[in-house]
Parts: sequence; C-alpha cells; structure tokens
Amino acid sequence: MADTLAMGDHGSAGHGPKDKSKRDFLVMLPVAGAVIGAGAIAWPLIDSMNPSGDVLALASTEVDLTPIAEGSGITVVWRGKPIFVRYRTPKEIKEAEDVKLSQLIEPQPDSARVKPGHAQWIVLIGICTHLGCIPLGNKPTDPRGEWGGWYCPCHGSQYDTSGRVRHGPAPLNLWIPPYQFLNNSRIKIG
Amino acid sequence: MAAGLFKSELKNPVLRWVDTRLPVITLMQKEYGTFPTPRNFNYFWNFGALATVTLLIMIATGVFLAMHYTPNSTMAFASVQHIMRDVNYGWLIRYVHMNGASMFFIVVYIHIYRGLYYGSYKFPRELLWMLGVVILLLMMATAFMGYVLPWGQMSFWGATVITNLFSAIPVVGTTIVQWLWGGFSVGNPTLNRFFSLHYLLPFVIVGVVFLHVVALHITGSNNPLGIDVKGPQDTLPFHPYYTVKDSVGLCVFLAIWAAFVFFMPNLLGDVINNIPANPLHTPADVVPEWYFLPFYAILRSVPNKFMGVMLMFASIGVLFVLPWLDTSPVRSCRFRPIYRILVPLLVVDVFVLGYVGAHHPQGFIILLGRVATAWYFLHFLVFTPLVGLFETPLPLPESIAAPVVRKSPSGGGPIPGGAVAKPMENA
Ligand code: HEM
Ligand code: FES
Repeated sequence: MADTLAMGDHGSAGHGPKDKSKRDFLVMLPVAGAVIGAGAIAWPLIDSMNPSGDVLALASTEVDLTPIAEGSGITVVWRGKPIFVRYRTPKEIKEAEDVKLSQLIEPQPDSARVKPGHAQWIVLIGICTHLGCIPLGNKPTDPRGEWGGWYCPCHGSQYDTSGRVRHGPAPLNLWIPPYQFLNNSRIKIG
Repeated sequence: MAAGLFKSELKNPVLRWVDTRLPVITLMQKEYGTFPTPRNFNYFWNFGALATVTLLIMIATGVFLAMHYTPNSTMAFASVQHIMRDVNYGWLIRYVHMNGASMFFIVVYIHIYRGLYYGSYKFPRELLWMLGVVILLLMMATAFMGYVLPWGQMSFWGATVITNLFSAIPVVGTTIVQWLWGGFSVGNPTLNRFFSLHYLLPFVIVGVVFLHVVALHITGSNNPLGIDVKGPQDTLPFHPYYTVKDSVGLCVFLAIWAAFVFFMPNLLGDVINNIPANPLHTPADVVPEWYFLPFYAILRSVPNKFMGVMLMFASIGVLFVLPWLDTSPVRSCRFRPIYRILVPLLVVDVFVLGYVGAHHPQGFIILLGRVATAWYFLHFLVFTPLVGLFETPLPLPESIAAPVVRKSPSGGGPIPGGAVAKPMENA
C-alpha cells in the first residue's frame, strides 16, 4: 500500500501534495467542529451576563412638571438611571440657542435637544459621558460650571444649559432619553 | 521496585508507600528542601514568600466572610454590618481581609521593585516575569471586585467609574459595559457577578502562582549580584537557610499587618464607604483605594477619554515587554551606574502619581500629573533602551562565592556549600 508508506514517511520526496491536502482536511474538519462546538457552549454563558428579560422590560415613568421652579431641575429614575428634568430661564435658553456650533465638542443645535414649543424644558440622562458619575447643577445652589449647566465632580467635565459638553474629559453631550409631552405639564419617559 | 512505581528514597515505610505511588514528598523535598539557592540573597528576596502567605490568608479569611455575607444590593451593606457587629470575631476576620488587600499590594509592589532593580526580568526569566505581571492584573481585578462587595458609596461609584472605562472602546463600548453590568447601570446583577468572580479569581491566582514557581525552579533564582550561579559553592540548600530567613521577614510582616488590624483598621480605607450605596448621588470625590492611585492619575492626566484609558492599560502593558526594552546585558543595578539612579527615580515618580491620583485635578495637580505620566513612559520606552546602549557597567565579580569568600578570615579558595553548612548543623 503506497498510501500507508507515504503516511509513515513525513516530508519524503514521495509524499505527494494530494495526500497532504487530504490529510490537512481531515485534521481541519474536527478542529472546525470543535471550535463551533466550543462557541455553541460558550455563547449561552456569555449571553447570560447580558441584561435579563425583567431588566429589559421597557418601563416608563411619568413626570409631573408643575412643582419644578423656573431655573432649577429635578432628578427622576427611569430604568435605574437618573433623569434630569430642568425648567430653563429665558436667559439660559438664549445662551443655549446662540452658541456657535463650531465652539462645541459634539456640535448639536439646542433645537435638536428639546421638543418643539417646549424650549423651556430640557430632559437629559443625568450620567456623565466620561465615566458615569452624576453631574451637579439641578439646584441653583449647585456648582454648575462656567457654562451654567452641569458640573461633574468626578473629573471636572462641564455641560451647558442644553446638556452639551463644553469642557472635557467627557467626549459627548449628555444623552436624551426617549420621551413625549402628554400635555403641557406632564411628560412620559420611555 | 515494582514496575510503574516511583523509586523513593524515604526511610519511613508509610511515607515511602505514599511516595512510591505519588511522589509529592520527594517533589517538595527537591523543590523546597535541597533546592539550590544563591547564597547571597538579601531581604528583598523575602517578598515572594510573603506574597504567597498573604494569598493564603486572603483565601482563608475570604471563605469565612462569604459564610456571613449576602451578595444582594438590598442586603449587602447590612450583612457587612452584621459581620462587624454580630458575628463572633467577624470584625477580626473582616479587618484582616480588608487590610490584607493593602498588605498584598505593598508586598507585591516591593517584589516588583526587586525585579526591576536587580534585573530579574531579563534572560532567561522573561516568562517568569510576565507570569508575575499576569498575577498583578488578576490581583487588581480581584481587589476591585472585592471593594464593591460592601456596597458603600465608594464601592458603588468606584464600580461605576471603572466599568465605564470600557465604554471608551469605539463602537461596541456601550454594549460591553451593559454586558458587564447585566443592566443599564451598576446594580444587583453587577454585585452578584462580582461576588462570584471575587470568589473565583483568587484560585486562578493560585494556579498562575504555581506556574510562576515552576518557571522559577527551571531558571533558578536571580540574586543581588545578578550573575549566574556557577557551581555548588555559589548556592545553599533552600532549607534551612532560606526557610529561616523567610520566617524572620514573615514575623516582621505579620506584626505590621497586625498593627494595622488592631490599632488603625480603617486608616487605609475611605470613610465614605460607610455610607450605603446611593445610585442617585455621586460623592464629591470618587477616589480608588491607595494601590490604584498611580494608575488613576495616569487616566486623569489625559484630557481625551479614549487616550486616557489606553494609557492607563499601557502603564501595565509596558511591564510585559520590559524584557525586550532593556538593552543592557547586565542584570543587577549594582553594576549599572546610571540605571541604578533611574529605577529609584521611577519609584519617586510613582509616588508622585499616587499623590496626584488622590487630589482633585486642578491647576498645579494637572501639570504635575502630566509630567509624572510622561516620565513614567519615558523611563520604560526611552531611558531603558538608551541607557542600556550607552552606559558603561562596572566590572562584574567572577562568581557569587568570590566576593563572599575573599572577605573571610581564612582567605582561601572557594568553600564548598556543604562545609559552610556545618556550623549550623552542630548548633
Ligand atoms: C487575592 C485575594 C483577595 C483579595 C486581594 C481580596 C480583596 C478584597 C477587598 C479589597 C475587599 C473589600 C474589603 C472592605 O472594604 O470591606 C474584599 C471583600 C470581600 N472578600 Fe475578598 N479578597 C481576596 C480573596 C477572597 C476570597 C478567596 C474570598 C472568598 C472565598 C473573598 C471574599 C470576600 C467577601 C465575602 C468580601 C465582602 C465582605 C467585606 O467587605 O469585608 N475574598 N476582598
Ligand atoms: S465621570 Fe464625569 S468627568 Fe469623569
């Protein structure tokens, strides 16, 4: 049996490339099978660490806006995250609208961050886009930073009255949660 | 000897019966009894043994803490208070564990300094060194997750800031962070998995320590002269010489640890962690435990989030490639007139980084942090390769025994290791 001889004699001149590719294939097939099998076992374990069904279940929160005084904000909880709802003064709105987009770290007009006709209300996810601390600034007595919005105590990021980042290390503007106005004094987040 | 049995030289018939079937006793004798060890160790060579003992104490105290601890976000804080107030000796077990983490890092940092100063990372010990860096990373992960368990304000916000580091990864960052959390913020699922991993990782560390020691026993130990062992006259059997020397250091070390536990148990901790976690209020200052401060300072020195995170990981990463960055063939800094200044300077630099990490990043602190960060990387990436090329090392001694023997009153040639051992055996 020439075949058997060739197999027992690695690298000899008589070892044809045809045999080699056949044997490589025989090795690769079970290896590929084992890799797929290992992946199939690993995936459920990895995915089990993702947010579970009850966490994902989209909870929504309604917020009554009437108790919020002009110039200050409140913090409500939605999906375990703090949400800032702030009643902006005309001066704050004007500052937010007038800033040149070229001066922003993540350029975005104020109009894209509020609901039409409700420019006095800004609703934000109150989590610093740097490393997740909760910025200060809802209370008028809080430090609000140079741009009058929010100031993050952890590494000094500053946000303007539209929640846009004006001073690093945070790379992005404060995020806006999905929400809608139910009427002029009530919103639903989520 | 029957076929398939190990040829044991033990005299005791019972031990011999075991040893012929499972030669662990012979193995221990070979690796920790007669193991030939350079005769010129100083006390820096204690720290590997100290780290091993610390790891065992951490596991022992941790297992008992876990019997009383509840990994649930509504009960964790209270269960730690229960350990402190109600459980018999709970305060002792917790304080030993809590301060043990600090002791562990002190010991390991000194152990690493020893390696840096005496060139223990160089050929042939590169892999041994890299396994050490793996142990350091695993220790950091373990300590970080352990600190989350008491679920105080610093636990919660430390966890938030550190897990958010991964959000710097482009595109998939947020997905990864939510996967780490098991939710949309740090919460009960996070606490549960951290407890599970905090229990697991120390045993992984035990495994890597085992590999670290296997690698050590292939290459043999380095020594303060950094030159190779040339023969039996350069070595002593590990037992009793270094078992005794290690025991001396261990007594001092345990006394210091005990002093912390009994007289200043909360000195190294942060008082804010005595306030239960509040997801809606970030404390005015989020600072990590002292052993992470230098790395935290590097993170904060860079105004760009992605670069800051990368640089922080790179600060450990450079240790991995250090064996190939150092171009000098001489190991010990004793014979390296320039590098022997640079290594202690690096220590000063790391202390400066630690100071910066503990303070609010404002004005001068920011500048200091940037200079110290730059120095850290310059040390490894520029000074280390260049100094190796241009420095003229001092002449190396011809052997470990030579400088020792020359001083001896007899003034004769090399004394065989066995002869030196005699006076001890008579005692
Ligand atoms: C590499 C070894 C280890 C290190 C560096 C380490 C570190 C830590 C740290 C820093 C804490 C927080 C202490 C505090 O502030 O209260 C902690 C807590 C804890 N550790 Fe460990 N640990 C280690 C091994 C273990 C092991 C093996 C177990 C379990 C088998 C364990 C179980 C616990 C428990 C239950 C707590 C929470 C109770 C408490 O906060 O005191 N640890 N650990
Ligand atoms: S988390 Fe806000 S500045 Fe770092």
